[in-house]
Formats: sequence, C-alpha cells, structure tokens
Amino acid sequence: MQQIIEVRDVHTVFGEKVVHNGLNLSVNEGEIYGLLGPSGCGKTTLMREMVLLQQIASGSIRVLGKDVSKINEDEAQALRRQWGVLFQFGALFSSLTLKENIALPLIEYTSLSQKMIDEIVRFKIALVGLKAEDANLYPSEISGGMKKKAGLARALAMDPKLLFLDEPTSGLDPISAREFDRLILQLREMLGLTIVMVSHDLDSIYATLDKVAIIENKKIAYEGSLDAIKSLQSDFVQNFFGMKR
Amino acid sequence: MYKEVDINLQNDTLRIKFPTELTLYTISSLEKKIAETQKNIITKLFLDLDSVDFLDTAGAIFLHNLKEDFSKKDVDVTILFRDDSQQATLDLVEKNMHKSAALPKSPEHNILRVIGESTYKSYQGFISFLSFFGELFSSKLRYIISLKNIRFKEIAFEINESAIKAIGIIALTSFLIGVVVAYQSAYQLKLYGANIFIVDMLGISIFRELAPLITAIVIAGRSGSAYAAQIGAMKITQELDAMKTMGFEPFAFLVLPRIIALIITMPLLIFLADIMGIFGGMIVSHIDLHITPSLFMERFREVVAVKHLYVGLVKGPFFAFLIATIGIYRGLMVKDDTQSIGFNTTKSVVESIFAVIVCDALFSIAFTNLGI
Repeated sequence: MQQIIEVRDVHTVFGEKVVHNGLNLSVNEGEIYGLLGPSGCGKTTLMREMVLLQQIASGSIRVLGKDVSKINEDEAQALRRQWGVLFQFGALFSSLTLKENIALPLIEYTSLSQKMIDEIVRFKIALVGLKAEDANLYPSEISGGMKKKAGLARALAMDPKLLFLDEPTSGLDPISAREFDRLILQLREMLGLTIVMVSHDLDSIYATLDKVAIIENKKIAYEGSLDAIKSLQSDFVQNFFGMKR
Repeated sequence: MYKEVDINLQNDTLRIKFPTELTLYTISSLEKKIAETQKNIITKLFLDLDSVDFLDTAGAIFLHNLKEDFSKKDVDVTILFRDDSQQATLDLVEKNMHKSAALPKSPEHNILRVIGESTYKSYQGFISFLSFFGELFSSKLRYIISLKNIRFKEIAFEINESAIKAIGIIALTSFLIGVVVAYQSAYQLKLYGANIFIVDMLGISIFRELAPLITAIVIAGRSGSAYAAQIGAMKITQELDAMKTMGFEPFAFLVLPRIIALIITMPLLIFLADIMGIFGGMIVSHIDLHITPSLFMERFREVVAVKHLYVGLVKGPFFAFLIATIGIYRGLMVKDDTQSIGFNTTKSVVESIFAVIVCDALFSIAFTNLGI
C-alpha cells in the first residue's frame, strides 16, 4: 500500500519548550488514522505541521510524496488542493454564507459553471447532513454542530484524497457524533479517502479508526491497531482506554 | 492519458464515451461539448464510463444531472459502469441529491427596502444607545453610593493604559499644531505689522479650542477604538457572559473604570496639550516674528485671561465621557463574528469624534451666550 504521510524524526521546539522529540509515523492510503495523547502533547501541532501551517525544527514530513519543509510555493499550492482540513470550530469565513463558503474553493480553482457549482454545493450540503434552506445563513447564525458540518462540506468541496480532521466530533451531540462517524466511514468507502484525525471521543475512536499513534512524553508511545493497545504500559492509555469496555 | 470526450450520434442513439478523468477540472469543457450536440431526435442515451479512471463526486453529479435532464425528455438513459465503485459513487450522489431540495436563492433587496431597513436599524441603534446610557447611570449611582465599590486598581490600570501611554503622541501632536498655527498666522500678521498679536491669537485659540479638540481626537482614535475592540473580543470569547454568571457586573469591572479613568485624565492631557501648543507657537514666534520668549510670556500674562484655560479644561471630562461611553457601547454591540469587531471599532472612532465636535459646538454657543 502506498504511504500517504511519512513522518521521520520530527523535532518541534517552541522557544525553550520541546514539543516533539523525534517522532516517526506513517499513514497508508485508505486508512483512518488517529493521533491520540494527553492534552498539550502536540497532536494538533503535528497536524498543523502536516498541513504547512507550522515549521518543524528538524526531521522530515512527506505528504503525498512531497517533503513539506523543502517544498516550493507552486508545489505547496498543488498539495493544498489535494487535501481538505476541518478545524475544531469549523473556521468558516464569517463574511460569507454557508453556500459561499463551500463554493469558494470551486470558484477559485475550477472553471465550472455557476449552475454546476450550485449542484455540487447542494450535494455536499446534503452529504454532510445539512438542510438546503440553511445554505444562505451566515456562520454567526448557526450552531456549533452545524458549523462543523459546513466546515466538513467545505473541506470536501474539491473531493480531496486526504482529509485532516481536528476533533471532528467534539461539541456534537451523541447522535450527530455517531452520524459523523458513519459519514466518515462512508466517505472513505465511497471516495477512497485517507483520513487523519485528532480525537478524544472514545466511541468515535473505536468506531472509525484503523490505526492510531499515541504521542506521549514528546515521542510516539505506540503506533498500530486498536486491538493491541490495552496491553501497553502507559498512564495515558490505561486511563483513557480503561474508562470503558 | 487524458483523451477527449467521444460523442457519437447515430440515428436516434447518442453514445458519450467519457475520457479517463471525469472530475471537477474536466467537466466544464464536457458540459460545453455536450451542450453543442443536437439533442432533439435522441431517444436512447448511453453514458460509457469504461475508460474513466478517476470519477469524483462532481463528475457523478454531472452524470446524475445528464441522466435527469434526458429522462425528463423521455430518453432512455443507460450508464455503462466499469466497476462497482463508480456505481457506488453515483448511488451516493443520487441518494443525497434526492434528499435535498434545491438551494434557496440568495435574497435580493430593492433600494426601498435597503433604505427602510437601514433607517430602522439606526433608529434601533439610537434606542439601544439610550438604554445603555440608562443602565450606565443606574449602575453608576449604585457604585458611587459606597466608596468601597469603586475599583481603584482597574481605574489606575486604565489611567496608565489610555492616558499615561498617550502622553508622547499628544505632546507631539499639539506641539506641531502650535507650530503650524503660528507659522500660518505669522505670515498674515506680518503684513499688517501686528506681530505681537500672535500671542493673543495663539493663547485663545489653543486654550479654548485646539488643545481640547486635538486631545479628544487622539484619545478617540487611540483609546476609544481600543475599548471597542477589547470589549468586543471579550464578548466573542464569552468572557462577558462568564463574568455575569460569576456575579461580576461588567459595568463595574469594565465600563466604569474606563470611563472614570478617562474623565480624570482628560483635563490633565488637555493641560499638557496647552503647554506644548503654546511652546510650539512660542518657538515659531521667536524665529519668524522675532518675539523673544520673555516678551511672549509678558504679553501672554497681560492679554490671555485665565478663564480661557478653564474653558478648555472644563470640556475635558465631557469629551472623555463621550469617547469612553461610545467606545464601550460599540464594544458591547459586537455580534458573534469577527467582522463585527472591525465594523464596530471603526464606528466607535467615527461616532466619538463626531460626538466630540457636536459637544464642542454646544459649548461654544453656551459660553458665548454666557459671555465667558
């Protein structure tokens, strides 16, 4: 199987504070991959480094075959079209309606007709479980859960191969959260997506993830499937996975 | 690699063989080519996906729409899939497209409606400003009843933030205003040989009008906008709600300290502006009109009555009150999105400068009628 993301010996330093001290992990095509760990362990930081929002101090991260620390602007732009990112609170553009938010990448990057763009937006809105009549609302007029769904619709607008999700189910009610899990599985099935997510939601972790990496004490404490995880000697794993089941 | 679409029309049968990629990037050209085809006589349509390697959801939507359009015209549509995943993608699209209604149109407004709405909005804004005023006075009364309730620490902090840190810019601005006014009038006065009257002119214009106005405008731009932005950001992050639920009255913690701090410091800043403005004028008089500083001061004592100084200083607290209340009110008007911070910050500066000038005009009328 093809490796989509390859992280090798990554060090991250904020001023004096070392966040990552030699991380290694790899994400294969078609996987739903979870980054887990205690708060403040640098999960979101690692994800931000993967999507070119933050620089690493040393090591290398390859995303879709490109080394993100040695990439030029054209390659970076090409890469950015091939992934979608869902931020924790949706990060919708507050001056645009939901419809315009989702249509924005289509308008900027393709030569599609307005009618076709509307159709695509309609499909994405239905796909993530929003209602068509919400399309003209502004982000300030909708709830947190809807913002998240709209954020996902925007991330999916360009049919990316790779999807980054930062805490996709936090702040959703349990029913929507389970729907979200099903949606993610379905998307992977249908569109052959590779998904990397940061999550704290145990139900969602068990329902969706194929493979996890646990970041603890600045290193990867574990990488692999969920089955073998409970035997791991780690305070975080014992506390976190010990809570249920 | 990528091939052109193959559109083949035989008798009443249209056969469209799609190229390797049926995605976002290719369908707009396909759309055009298919639109050019003669469609009236067709009764059978074959959509052939056999050579399609990449089919994304946009491509599937395109297929779905083609199928719907032709089915409506009683055309028999057959889609030839290469594998199950293509079928699955199309099924996913069809399921969702049937589930959702058409997108509503963006609302369009005619000009009457826009004017009406904006008038009504400004009326409502005025009413809500009045209610803010009312709340301010009632909470002020409650807090002034007991000295213990006045939050000296916050007031001191605000004095430092919005006055002491502004000393430099106010001193510089008013010095320059003194220089400019003196320089401009020196030329005119020289023509009439009325050099010495520059002292009267500078003294009265700076003390009464220029120093208070310049100070107020700098403070409105500097502190009024800061109040709006700070309080607006606190509102977005729900800090204000948190304070309310913990029983801390935002008016006591945020609003009154800022207003009191500005009311205390504004006259002092105006006094500083007076000194710097006169100083600037004095330098120009010395250089341009050869009036020595000692002569300048002597004349100053003779002709500029101390009431002019008081007139300027008295305006200070009123201007301060207007700037602080408008800044804070605009901060509280911020809604739950990032744009409205910018909007309200701009508004706070524009409105407070306007209010200061209106207030200044009222003072002018009052003082003139009172003969001060």
